[in-house]
Amino acid sequence: MLRADDNFVPRAGTRVAYSTLVSFALLTIAVLVGTMIGPAGPQWWRVPIELINRLPLTSVDSGVSDADWNIVMQIRMPRVVLAVLVGAMLSVAGASYQGVFRNPLVDPYLLGVAAGAGLGATLVFTLRRSATENWLIDPLPLAAFAGGLIAVFATYMIGSAFSKARSTATLVLAGIAVTSLTTAVQTFVLQRNNDVVRQVYSWILGRLSSATWGDVRLVLPYVVFSCGILLMHRRLLDVLRVGDDEATALGVNIRRVRLTVVLAATLGTSAAVAVSGLIGFVGIIVPHTVRLIVGSSYRRVLPLSILCGAIFLVLADIPSRVLADPAETPIGVVTAFFGAPFFLLLLRVRKNQV
Amino acid sequence: MSTLGFCDLTISYDGDSAVRSFNNLVNSGEWLCLIGPNGAGKSSVLRAVAGLVKYSGSVAIDQNEVPATSAKWRAQNIAYVPQTPLIPEDMTVYEYVLLGRNPHIKHFASETKQDVDVIEKVMTRLDLTRFAHRMVGTLSGGERQRLVIARALAQEAPVLLLDEPTAALDIGHQQQALELVDVLRRERGLTVVSAMHDLTLAGLYADRLVLMHQGVCVASGSAQSVLRSETLAEFYGVSARVHHEPDGTVVVIPQRSSSN
Repeated sequence: MLRADDNFVPRAGTRVAYSTLVSFALLTIAVLVGTMIGPAGPQWWRVPIELINRLPLTSVDSGVSDADWNIVMQIRMPRVVLAVLVGAMLSVAGASYQGVFRNPLVDPYLLGVAAGAGLGATLVFTLRRSATENWLIDPLPLAAFAGGLIAVFATYMIGSAFSKARSTATLVLAGIAVTSLTTAVQTFVLQRNNDVVRQVYSWILGRLSSATWGDVRLVLPYVVFSCGILLMHRRLLDVLRVGDDEATALGVNIRRVRLTVVLAATLGTSAAVAVSGLIGFVGIIVPHTVRLIVGSSYRRVLPLSILCGAIFLVLADIPSRVLADPAETPIGVVTAFFGAPFFLLLLRVRKNQV
Repeated sequence: MSTLGFCDLTISYDGDSAVRSFNNLVNSGEWLCLIGPNGAGKSSVLRAVAGLVKYSGSVAIDQNEVPATSAKWRAQNIAYVPQTPLIPEDMTVYEYVLLGRNPHIKHFASETKQDVDVIEKVMTRLDLTRFAHRMVGTLSGGERQRLVIARALAQEAPVLLLDEPTAALDIGHQQQALELVDVLRRERGLTVVSAMHDLTLAGLYADRLVLMHQGVCVASGSAQSVLRSETLAEFYGVSARVHHEPDGTVVVIPQRSSSN
């Protein structure tokens, strides 16, 4: 099948295949490890044995009691699955924002989307969360979406109003301003509603610890829908890389593409924030690491960001469980611990290029 | 093989008119070169055809008016090479040329075998095959110019617009780039409209020159008829001698005022 001018078959192909396979393998391992570790429940090495036992046609005595197995399935499992969904969502959203804004330094956190979504969710908490229990559609992700959307548009408007060239730094600074303002409003709202402060603060710092299957069910449709939309745009995000003018001349309706991608990324991010709180830097660390491995084309970056984001957050959740055992270290603290130095490194590298 | 017609093309930015009532018909396979001082409206005309600025009046390809709404239709018929293309450094040459196929690929689909074949032919033709997997950021100025032309050719559009194609190139690469455009337009019957500053090169390669001044077409015709020292003095404010070679080439030589 090899042709003389085989040069044309994109060489990155094999590398992508390898990376995808390795990512799937790593994800499986990460999920397995994630279900094996936790303060209560069976000893870690008994979990895989019990898993084999639970497979059809096998019977192995793992010595795991039903009560212990319940802990694995009802406490650890939803937490790991939620980490998969949230990690995948934040990473692919980060990569997409970087694409539409043509700015390597943005992610849901730095654009203010997470803070805006947080404010939206906080308002739902303060307006009596218990009253919404019987609603057909949970208003929490939708309120978060509204907040996230307002924040991202505010950031974009401010960022492009103050610099015509929409320089990378201006957008980030606008994001910081919007985040500060949003956080201030949130603090104000919380101070007037003392009863929910504890609830909201434990959630702001990023919580996967109290994840339930209900959380998974809540966020799953949003994540699937949003990832689907973003993946459909991965080729167009590559065309956008040559700038608005040339992309238009190449037949792309840039306003439509930009709007759709921002809406989809914000919707998914907001739903993720609504169940897991503010987990920063995932959308920066993961896509840039993926780029180092498979190159910068969004056609490869987006799908692999989904996989690697899931792996990253499942793994980041493990130290958050064991570092201060039996207490929890908020996962947002763990990701920031890795993310902040990574961000500085990225700033430095980009600076050298300009 | 397509004609490109302008009827009463008028462009204004924030109320200031940049181009006023521009009329012209570029024949199929013809190379028209827009010349004129900075700010004369050359780039604006090209940008209007490429759908990048709003305009009144009409632009027509083969007498079909270019629709204002369909960016895709436009891109299938018009390829535009800007003066300074924005080149993402960490894209591969193959990926970059592939962008030119966008108007032929359905919105959410991927490129087909046919698209790959087109790219393969274009890259072979422009001698880019050996760079296929190089990052575009590693290419030299001349190679980049070929790369951008390759992307435009991949569009397979009958009309090619070039805004200052030689601005960033040395004299050798200027010649190479223009020769390439000339050969390609003959091979493919492309209708070419370019904006250029170098009057000698413009006269050498274009079939017809259009001199613009303050948004208005003030002269149109062959190099011999447009490139005259009185005309240049009037519209460019330049003191230049125009020298006619025996083979018909018109050479514009700026004059130094202190000597002579």
